[in-house]
Amino acid sequence: MLSFTFKRFLQLIPVFFGATLLVYFLVFATPGDPITALSGGKPMTPAVEASLRAQYNLDQPFWIQYGLYLKNLVTLDLGMSFSGQEVRDLLIRAFPVTARLAVMALAIEAVFGILFGVIAGMRKGKWFDSTVLFASLIVIAVPTFVLGFVLQYVVGVELGWAKPTVSGGATWGELILPATVLGLVSLAYVLRLTRTSIIENKQADYVRTATAKGLSRGRVVNVHILRNSLIPVVTFLGADLGSLMGGAIVTEGIFNVPGVGSLLFSAIRKGEIPTVVAVVGVLVVVFVLANLIVDMLYALLDPRIRYA
Amino acid sequence: MRYSHASKALVLSAALALTLTACGGGTSEESAGGGSEGDATKVITANTTEPQNGLLPANTNEVGGGRVMDLIFTGLVSYDSKGKPVNEIAESIETEDSQNYTIKLAPGHTFSDGSPVTAASFVDAWNFGAAAKNAQLNSYFFESIKGYDEVSAEGATSEEMEGLKVVDDNTFTVELSQPESDFPLRLGYTAFMPLPEAAFEDPKAYGQMPVSNGPYKLTEWNHDVNLKLEVNESYEGPRKAANGGVDFKVYQSTESAYQDILAGNLDVLDQIPPSALANYQDELGDRSINAPYAGNATITISGYLDHFKQGEEGNLRRAAISRSIDRQQIIEKVYFGGKVKAEEFTAPVLDGYTADIPGSEVLDFDADEAKKLWDEANAIEAWGDSEEFSIGYNVDGAGNKEFVEAVANQVKNTLGINAVAKPYTSFKALREDVGKKTMSGAHRSGWQADYPSMYNFLGALYGTGAGSNDGDYSNKEFDDKLTDGLAATDPAEGAKIFNESQEILFKDLPAIPLWYQAVQGGWSENVDNVEFGWNGVPIYNAITGK
Repeated sequence: MLSFTFKRFLQLIPVFFGATLLVYFLVFATPGDPITALSGGKPMTPAVEASLRAQYNLDQPFWIQYGLYLKNLVTLDLGMSFSGQEVRDLLIRAFPVTARLAVMALAIEAVFGILFGVIAGMRKGKWFDSTVLFASLIVIAVPTFVLGFVLQYVVGVELGWAKPTVSGGATWGELILPATVLGLVSLAYVLRLTRTSIIENKQADYVRTATAKGLSRGRVVNVHILRNSLIPVVTFLGADLGSLMGGAIVTEGIFNVPGVGSLLFSAIRKGEIPTVVAVVGVLVVVFVLANLIVDMLYALLDPRIRYA
Repeated sequence: MRYSHASKALVLSAALALTLTACGGGTSEESAGGGSEGDATKVITANTTEPQNGLLPANTNEVGGGRVMDLIFTGLVSYDSKGKPVNEIAESIETEDSQNYTIKLAPGHTFSDGSPVTAASFVDAWNFGAAAKNAQLNSYFFESIKGYDEVSAEGATSEEMEGLKVVDDNTFTVELSQPESDFPLRLGYTAFMPLPEAAFEDPKAYGQMPVSNGPYKLTEWNHDVNLKLEVNESYEGPRKAANGGVDFKVYQSTESAYQDILAGNLDVLDQIPPSALANYQDELGDRSINAPYAGNATITISGYLDHFKQGEEGNLRRAAISRSIDRQQIIEKVYFGGKVKAEEFTAPVLDGYTADIPGSEVLDFDADEAKKLWDEANAIEAWGDSEEFSIGYNVDGAGNKEFVEAVANQVKNTLGINAVAKPYTSFKALREDVGKKTMSGAHRSGWQADYPSMYNFLGALYGTGAGSNDGDYSNKEFDDKLTDGLAATDPAEGAKIFNESQEILFKDLPAIPLWYQAVQGGWSENVDNVEFGWNGVPIYNAITGK
């Protein structure tokens, strides 16, 4: 197990550098000159322009720019944003907010998705099963931003149960609504995944054996069926954590959450390479770590799986 | 002042500010004029975008930072709601030749830390803003001052402009390199604010939490979240706060800000999102406003384009395109009847504005005349069947696509040529092509006044070699008119000459004016006395609680 984990950590290194190099190049290659855009179409004296270019190394060719970036990275200097702030500070502000949002969304989709999935799977064909299947289909079909706007309007404006946007603190309470929106589509997938898996395992020999042994229904369902059914669900949840963190742009925009999604979006538009690369770099690490945790969870869920 | 491209705002793009019906600000004037006292202790919440730079006067060139700067700083003059300059720190600004100015300060003004506002506070701040080594974005605002070239050149060692001289604590003189009668009008712009001595020790740190002299002081700045302004008790002047402070909340989109207005979670919103334009007046009733401000939308056809070079053929084609655009129809269909059709090259809220400049009929839709002009141009040099007339726009500014496509369609239908709307992925991509003069067609443009003066439009956009003259327009006769207009000591005389200069523009059409901008805003039930200024920004200091 230990050497397995260590190997996976080693893998992180090429993945990280490959991803940052690729992203650096992609942003570098996007059309448009960020410095010209800074002036907003108003004049800029040549001296000011030259000095800004030099400040952000934009007067250098690609490889030197990237090299300088890596050099600074060693000392944990992630560079400066065009607004003159440390990119490190931007990350420190934005990531906890998005992490809170993503963890809440993950919790919502895991708890409700698995719960409803188990009930639906155990009562296949009954009214509960039909209802949640139909509801999940709708949730999957409706785009997130429609769902977000509708919930924001109904809950935030019409009913007044919550504020339509979060405050700067983005507290747990305020994030319930955005997290629900963010997690809803995945919840539908988790539900369907769990249901299918449960229905499959329900017929398995070991379940019949367990029931024949006289075990209680609760134990059969929770330990024998559910535990074996969770492997695909956990895989999905693990991969989803990464996409929840990186893919919250729409939700963060609707509820004005000052998180990673909005940071990344505005940085891409401005052509602010250091910010984009730093955000993506952290997301890559999160993604890889989440997958590592998933792999380790397999061993817990299914004793047949062993890592040498 | 430019609107940040990132804030999908009104910049060059301008197009976002759609309108429903031209109710022209009647509502706000009623409530403001009603003289309701209101609650003077309420802290007003308002929307903003994250300031793009530290809060230094000469480095703030977009609205997110600009609206904060205007509240926490005060300069020699400020502008009232109609754009008229009113003395703030200045006691008098005198000149006999529009070139040499003597500026006297009213004594007793202080920064919020107690240090006095002196002549040196201005002179040092302006020198700081102009000097190349400080790389301030608004540096070019000082270009009229004598000695600017020496301090602003790359690698310049001198940091003090020759034209600025401190006489005593409360007096300084300004010498310009040529007579410019609208110089005093500029002095209310952000770039001309004074700075305390402490600012120069560490400008970067200062910009994060400036000590200032305006009606408010900044007490908290949580990046990407909010900026909190408290009333500055030491401020004496015409803009004294009628409320307990302003809390600016940073929004990523006006959509979410609008929801907050509906829910009473935000007090003042200065831009109704496009999605709400169809019904914001129903939803907000007399808590909404639609008021014109000093900005316009145009289409620039660069002078280096084939068939459009300055001269007979080019002028005919430009006029033909202008006459083939039914502006009123686009205003009604795309902007729900808002906006006001352009009648000239500046904006109606400015002193000297007139809709009756000879030649302005070229802005009226006339399909027959358009075709006739186009045919005349074809007689000089034929327009090939495979040739294309494109109008570039950036897709990241909301509303651009709709109006540019409408314009292109009208040109296509009227003239029977292949006119297309050409999308650019981002503002920076469009600006790069424009800046490098590598456009293959026309492009969407526009101007938002920095200070209330016609010259701010005409000089910056169409003067030979001017920084924002994207179309490479150059006409000696026009330049001379500008110089004369600036040299006029009587503002009315100056405006008359500027309007004469526009007659030349109507012949050459370096850009084709489309319409004037208007601001659509709204406010919650918790506030009163909301009015919007000449530049489309709410007059925050006058807002009261209910």
